[in-house]
Amino acid sequence: MSVDAATVKRVAHLARIALPEGDVAKMQAEINAMLGFVEQLNEVNVDGVEPMTSVMPMAMKKRADVVNDGEIAAQIVKNAPQSEDDYFMVPKVVE
Amino acid sequence: MTLSTAARHDRLNHMTDLTILTLTEARDGLRAKAFSATELAKAHIAAVEDARLLNAYVLETPEIALKQAAASDAKLAKGEGGALEGLPLGIKDLYCTAGTRTTACSNILGNFVPTYESTVTGQLWRDGAVMLGKLNNDEFAMGSSNETSCFGNVINPWRREGSNMDVGSAGIEGTYLVPGGSSGGSSSAVAANLCLAATATDTGGSIRQPAAFTGTVGIKPTYGRCSRWGIVAFASSLDQAGPIGKSVRDCAVMLRSMSGHDPKDTTSVDIAVPDYEKAIGRSVRGMKIGIPKEYRIVGMPAEIEKLWQDGINWLKAAGAEIVNISLPHTKYALPAYYIVAPAEASSNLARYDGVRYGLREQGRDIADMYEKTRAAGFGREVKRRIMIGTYVLSAGYYDAYYLRAQKVRTLIKKDFEDIFAAGVHAILTPATPSAAFGIGEKGSADPVEMYLNDIFTVTVNMAGLPGIAVPAGRDRQGLPLALQLIGRPFDEETLFALSEVIEQAAGRFPIPSRWWA
Repeated sequence: MSVDAATVKRVAHLARIALPEGDVAKMQAEINAMLGFVEQLNEVNVDGVEPMTSVMPMAMKKRADVVNDGEIAAQIVKNAPQSEDDYFMVPKVVE
Repeated sequence: MTLSTAARHDRLNHMTDLTILTLTEARDGLRAKAFSATELAKAHIAAVEDARLLNAYVLETPEIALKQAAASDAKLAKGEGGALEGLPLGIKDLYCTAGTRTTACSNILGNFVPTYESTVTGQLWRDGAVMLGKLNNDEFAMGSSNETSCFGNVINPWRREGSNMDVGSAGIEGTYLVPGGSSGGSSSAVAANLCLAATATDTGGSIRQPAAFTGTVGIKPTYGRCSRWGIVAFASSLDQAGPIGKSVRDCAVMLRSMSGHDPKDTTSVDIAVPDYEKAIGRSVRGMKIGIPKEYRIVGMPAEIEKLWQDGINWLKAAGAEIVNISLPHTKYALPAYYIVAPAEASSNLARYDGVRYGLREQGRDIADMYEKTRAAGFGREVKRRIMIGTYVLSAGYYDAYYLRAQKVRTLIKKDFEDIFAAGVHAILTPATPSAAFGIGEKGSADPVEMYLNDIFTVTVNMAGLPGIAVPAGRDRQGLPLALQLIGRPFDEETLFALSEVIEQAAGRFPIPSRWWA
């Protein structure tokens, strides 16, 4: 399988990465080189094989459903590019 | 030269010499009060300043080091102190350090200063270690040569024989060599004696390949052995922390401090951490060592073949039994990795959106702000991997790529399980297909050329197993080459015992000269 320029632009948008028109061809070539490389996986018979979900077998650990953290709003917004009153500030979303 | 200058030089030489000690030699020297933690820290701080050409450190923290060293001296004077008391380390910039800038060597994190400490580094400070600074790496650990860092390339302290690049541009005959990646700052710093040991991380070979390229030792423990909490995530089902050190023993001591259960990481395993140093010197007599035929790749250089045979001979001489084995799905590990790892990365890196931390580029609306921020903040390699990951997870392609790759991963793991069930204790392979190459020599036209560096290491991540790279020989250019040992899950002790046999036979690989200083 290989991707065309329109697919590259669609994927860039899905990934939320602005891709200038001039960069599309190079990205397309690189992605197609990768897709060509992984094509050999089609040789493998995977009939009846379970996909891996956990590389080391272990039961999911659980903890009590209690509040054990919090009251650290100032720490959480400390690195924000823009914040106000412990809120993250973003461009207007709803008109 | 006046007397006072001569005295100062003597003192500098004495202090610089402290940097050539191994971690465990320095530990023993501190306990014997042969020198102080402050002297040890000062010697390393001076060495780091003299080696800025190598670009191993992206942030030097001498004031933190001296403060920690003073605290260690106070403890040592009272006969107290932890397993790493007073020992100066370098920290890969993927580990969050409270109050100290952490960037993953990406512009998108900008001047991110964590308000929390990664579990692993927290355990190092608990045990008394001293932080010299943050080490360079490939951006978000994506790379095999440390050429994707936003702070620029790291230089390998090893040079090809006959190279005279230290005399400046007029005398350049070759080019600087890469230190491997993604933990290239860690490997370069340890090899150049800019720290006694370093933390690193390994997603597809990022501890073992840079260790192999620099004559240092690096171990990726079993998945779940070290907590991933507070380490910038790349591919969560593959990422593991581990050390790079100057000797097998140093890595054993480091790994013990780095390991252990952490309630904050649900994939960290709640089993006891052995005293790995006790495995050093343990007999390997009667152990079954598998030699997988699939690792004998077409076009393998004769010097790698010889290295492998040397390793076989050394382990045999120590009483191990060598058996030929087959791991039939080996060749599919790298292509499966290049689906699984980008898929997980595309998900993990979705958090860098210009809202909560790091870089923000203004946009006409919020989506435009996201797209411009991510376009400006991520480097080329990272963008490509996010794009591939997004594509293989997108509607209509998920089954063909991601699901199939995860099924192949099951088969890769089963290959190993079958071999271990048949009584094999560990597997011996070369660590890399070649010695260190020059900066700019690989991957500029086709990314796959660079990815092939990890062909021997990536299977281990796919199966979650422990793997160690230990230097064992040199190529015809005089550069170090390494062997890899792969172990059963959570049996790092066997890897340390076997690696020690190789280190005893091959010797350590200290850097021949401090040409940069």
